[in-house]
Amino acid sequence: MNKRYGMSIDIDKCTGCGACMVACAVENNVPALPGANDRRGITWMRVYRVDNGEEYPDRRSAFVPMLCQQCGVETPCAHVCPQQAVDVDPATGIVGQMPERCLGCRYCMAACPYHARYFNWWDPQWPAGMEKTLNPDVAPRMRGVVEKCNFCHGRYHRAKERAAAAGEKDIRPGEYIPACVEACPAGAIRFGDLNDPSSEVAAARHEAGSFRLLEKLGTDPKIYYHSTRDWVRQIAFAPKPGGKENLHG
Amino acid sequence: MRRNIFIAVGLLAGLGAGWAGFPRAIYSRRPQPVDFSHKVHADKAGAKCEDCHGFREDGSFAGIPTLDKCASCHAAPMGSTATEKSFIDTYVTPGREPQWLSYARQPENVYFSHITHVKRAQLKCAQCHGDEGSADHLRPFEQDRVSGYSRDIWGAPGRPGMKMDDCVNCHRQSAAKGAAGTLSAQAGERGCLDCHK
Repeated sequence: MNKRYGMSIDIDKCTGCGACMVACAVENNVPALPGANDRRGITWMRVYRVDNGEEYPDRRSAFVPMLCQQCGVETPCAHVCPQQAVDVDPATGIVGQMPERCLGCRYCMAACPYHARYFNWWDPQWPAGMEKTLNPDVAPRMRGVVEKCNFCHGRYHRAKERAAAAGEKDIRPGEYIPACVEACPAGAIRFGDLNDPSSEVAAARHEAGSFRLLEKLGTDPKIYYHSTRDWVRQIAFAPKPGGKENLHG
Repeated sequence: MRRNIFIAVGLLAGLGAGWAGFPRAIYSRRPQPVDFSHKVHADKAGAKCEDCHGFREDGSFAGIPTLDKCASCHAAPMGSTATEKSFIDTYVTPGREPQWLSYARQPENVYFSHITHVKRAQLKCAQCHGDEGSADHLRPFEQDRVSGYSRDIWGAPGRPGMKMDDCVNCHRQSAAKGAAGTLSAQAGERGCLDCHK
């Protein structure tokens, strides 16, 4: 049976430490470039800080880890790509980005409602010696192409290969998890197959306080967020135009 | 008239050079360090492919065997050929690894799992690698001067190719043959990331 991998992120547990961002970059050979800044850097996983817009002493903050939301329906980036460099794998539901096909037009970045796609403004480079720490399961990308989260697909390959070697028909539940899930010290991120009713994520999405970002767009994202606080759940809707900016990257 | 003949001859010469000369010029040729005979090992020692090109414990493919594999039989000469003697003198006795050149190495953005194809899908080695196991000599290694890839990826004359099209064709054919939901049907309907990384 086809899988539909998804994630459940508990905003109430997230401390904003950024361990997921570091783990992601290390796992996926994302280079730390000297000229990178907020707009040009590459962070497949990025923790945003949001607040409730009030002044002290009523001000409250929260952290929202943001990554590709793996839209399953009318996937905006796949829809607009003139190169067919983006596809949704029917077997896993993972939205894949093919740097080899990408021509660098960045239409997908404009189309993505979540700003979860990143452009390579430079060829990747690592400080001398650091290239030895590169992950052999992930190919580095070149200058001029777009990249994004693919749920650490190299780890999925590895899990499948182990299952084939052991003569098992399929990978075991929990055997394949992305690096950010593994790294989160607060245990705020859960990962699994949404099609499997016994999985944690399948149950988590029906919990009270569970929501998805910009659900009204109808793109069926596979990242579920959770918070018991009302004002946090309000961020699921886009901020009003001209309203007070309360999102900090 | 005379001018037309010159143009025709020049055109033919140019096309001929491109047709016959370019494929030679684009590839650099290097001999393998040792003229290994797969045929002798298969016939006399009864070796199968997986005896030397095996899997590691974690299921990853070990590829070209290292020297200790050779040395486990050839610590001392087993036959009387000059090739074997020189191999032992040059590599086994000093403990020097032969620098084999890999015909089938894929580009770094390709994910390929040997064990999935060999153990799960029951493919024979020759289906992708050609009839290497019965060859008496190692072919020279031909490398594309521009991309650095081996010529075998494109399918040398009389050999199956290992291009993306070749993978896709085989997967589509096995998917067409298999009933819905079976393993071979799964092999067809996949996204880019199934083979790319």
